[in-house]
Amino acid sequence: MEAGAATAGGARPPAVELRGISKSFGPVQANREVDLAVAAGSIHGIVGENGAGKSTLMNILYGFYQPDAGRILVDGRERRIRSPLDAIRAGIGMVHQHFMLVEPFTVLENLLLGAEGGFTLEAGIARARREIEAIERDYGLEVDLDAVVKDLPVGVQQRVEILKALFRGAHILVLDEPTGVLTPQEADHLFRILRNLRDQGRTVILITHKLREIMAVTDRVSVMRGGRMVAHRRTADTSTEELAELMVGRKVLLRVEKGPARPGDPVLEVTDLEVRDDFGVPRVRDVSFTVRAGEIVGIAGVAGNGQSELLEALAGIRPVARGRVLLGGRPLGDAAEARTRRLGHVPEDRLRMGLVRSFAAWENAILGYQRQSAYTRGGFLRRRRVIASCGDWMERYDVRPRDPFLHAADFSGGNQQKLVLARELEHDPDLLLVGQPTRGVDIGAIEFIHRQLVAMRDAGKAILLVSVELEEVMSLADRILVMFDGRIMGEMAGAEGEERRLGLLMAGVAAEER
Amino acid sequence: MAARRRLPFWAEYLLLPLLNLSLAFLVSGLVVLLLGENPIEAVRLLVYGAFGFGEAVGYTLFYATNFIFTGLAVAVAFHAGLFNIGGEGQAALGGLGVALAALWFGHLHPLLAIPIAMLGAALFGGIWGFIPGWLQARRGSHTVITTIMLNFVAASIMTYLLVNVIIKPGQSAPETVTFAENVWLPQLHQLLQPLGFAIGRSPLNLAFPIALLCALLVWIYVWKLRLGYELRVVGRSEAAALYAGISPAAHIMLVMTISGALAGLMALNEVLGAQHRLVLGFTGGYGFVGIAVALMGRNHPIGVVLAALLFGALYQGGAELAFDMPRINRDMIVVIQGLVILFAGALEHMFRPTLEALFVRTRPVPV
Repeated sequence: MEAGAATAGGARPPAVELRGISKSFGPVQANREVDLAVAAGSIHGIVGENGAGKSTLMNILYGFYQPDAGRILVDGRERRIRSPLDAIRAGIGMVHQHFMLVEPFTVLENLLLGAEGGFTLEAGIARARREIEAIERDYGLEVDLDAVVKDLPVGVQQRVEILKALFRGAHILVLDEPTGVLTPQEADHLFRILRNLRDQGRTVILITHKLREIMAVTDRVSVMRGGRMVAHRRTADTSTEELAELMVGRKVLLRVEKGPARPGDPVLEVTDLEVRDDFGVPRVRDVSFTVRAGEIVGIAGVAGNGQSELLEALAGIRPVARGRVLLGGRPLGDAAEARTRRLGHVPEDRLRMGLVRSFAAWENAILGYQRQSAYTRGGFLRRRRVIASCGDWMERYDVRPRDPFLHAADFSGGNQQKLVLARELEHDPDLLLVGQPTRGVDIGAIEFIHRQLVAMRDAGKAILLVSVELEEVMSLADRILVMFDGRIMGEMAGAEGEERRLGLLMAGVAAEER
Repeated sequence: MAARRRLPFWAEYLLLPLLNLSLAFLVSGLVVLLLGENPIEAVRLLVYGAFGFGEAVGYTLFYATNFIFTGLAVAVAFHAGLFNIGGEGQAALGGLGVALAALWFGHLHPLLAIPIAMLGAALFGGIWGFIPGWLQARRGSHTVITTIMLNFVAASIMTYLLVNVIIKPGQSAPETVTFAENVWLPQLHQLLQPLGFAIGRSPLNLAFPIALLCALLVWIYVWKLRLGYELRVVGRSEAAALYAGISPAAHIMLVMTISGALAGLMALNEVLGAQHRLVLGFTGGYGFVGIAVALMGRNHPIGVVLAALLFGALYQGGAELAFDMPRINRDMIVVIQGLVILFAGALEHMFRPTLEALFVRTRPVPV
């Protein structure tokens, strides 16, 4: 319905029209008869949970995958897009979640990649520089063309990606989860650029799972669920609540319900901590804080500002270069010892660290706890007992499918995370370290995970939460510490967490400088 | 996105190797045809030569014993994500351990002398496995490189010792004196004769059941013990191991020692069971073929035993074939073995995608 209305709306045909796109991977139907019309000169959002089929759909549009069925029309003309090259020729540009830039090259060199033109570079370079500078002026995309990419902040690197697409003649720009790596200020800057692009007649397709962004910047929004397109809306006519419900298929609670914290004794005391990365570079500097029983302390910050190293050091995985970490009043030992002293750890990267992908769920259910007498007797693994416990936990934490023999890699992101959470919570920790608890997790599971964390807090446990999702930290944490470049820039109570102030701290602007 | 597909157990461990093997034999048959011989007749001769009569079976199992030991050595290290290419050198050192034990303690009662000799094999092989393990764990030197280099070191040591030190006095062949009979591993035809079983004469000896026992122990270690669980975590994901408080370094050193010991035990079969003296070069490439055996056996002890039987049969049947078909010489047999290694080992993924696609289509969709 709505799709048709979009077509009739203007004289121009839709910039992109997909008709009846289907695609399956083995038994998984990633897209089922998807229809989509994106009006030319608009910003069109596509939302959906992980695994709803958004990325598959865009990868079909960009030529990475061939659809099993369906047609693609660009500017009203049917196109066969067999490769990204075909997509570029049709005027489609894509900015990926993970940038595809050559880091040691300058911005200009990156922009020239694939468009060198001619045997020698010189003539092309001068012409390209003029063209690019014109594009920069038109859209307010200020980037120093001679800067080396790896020295640029991520927000600027993203602008380079956009510039690259425009330079190649894209008038349809697809952005896949573009704000995941940005501070709120950088995200706002990006949205200004996108509006500029729209106002000058270009078309933007924005894929995201953040409803706030959809509301802030799009003109229209399409919702995907389970591989199907379930709704098209004008952004002005909808709300985050309605979109969330459409995405999940039922009503969801976006806010976390929790009462005030009742902090008790300190469980974790960190003083003047310094942690170095694998190359000996200090990543955490002079960090001091305390986490008490019965409170959630959140650490906010843009990814890569030392949170990961901090978390690993507190879990006993990464050595402490300087300073002191006390767990329950005694110095922290290595990872094995920390676990015997009731430290639970939900790691940031569950597939690299928290789970062994090719292990069955039951084998993963005791990872880190394998030495406990409940699971080992006389050196032998108590297999039957572990499988039984794993089955119990899967039921209690609603892990689907409820099959202890399924390999970790075969569960969805949300269910993998529930499996890790079940393991760490069921061993009743006094201190729980949680990194990015809802990264790559669908809304239904996010709700569940947040409830579990609050319940644990209310049971008098100490929780340290690290997340790059600002909303998550703001809604869960009782106190928020902001990290920038390895240091703690400031602290605020969770309730007073004002997004603008948080954003400034995340960007490294300390309280006294403002 | 795309669900990871996996084959049912029987297809993974039986159908797929069988397909690969058939192709290897098909190509081998073409080669035989090119040489102007009848491939069907060649297969008949080969199978008969390997299994047709008592002695043949004995020899097949004798060779298979070597392959079980060296195959297990590669397989067990593989579970820690390590590629032990040093089976040849570890087996050679194992032979040295056996020989020294047999020369010094060979006069003792067999029940004492034989276990000491076994210990010698495991100890010397184990040390030769521990060195690259230590280098990997503490210095980050890749085991593939160090184990290959240690093969050469082992060969030099063995040459030096057998030419200059423990050579049988008054002769020029690089070998020791024959050991005292007390320390000889009983051959199975001797053991079974009093029980009324008349099997043909062959060097098949007590090392064969010991090899099977080792396969069982490896299975228990890797899949039943907490140590094996931790070993597999180390092999699949070092980050996960660190997260779980498991020391990758300790497990790497332990498993390389076990791996070397298994390779070293191969010397039991050749030195203590058949030749009864240490001969230079007794390892005869078994250490290297062990890599193919482990690959084909999917690093599972049962698979290793089955693959070892196949290679044992190829060795024994191949020798008979070369004897009966003059145009197929010893080198041709090596070509056939090479083809088996190529298709079953190196190209093992050739049929996998097709087979997986086939199974996915016929299987209900998992929820």
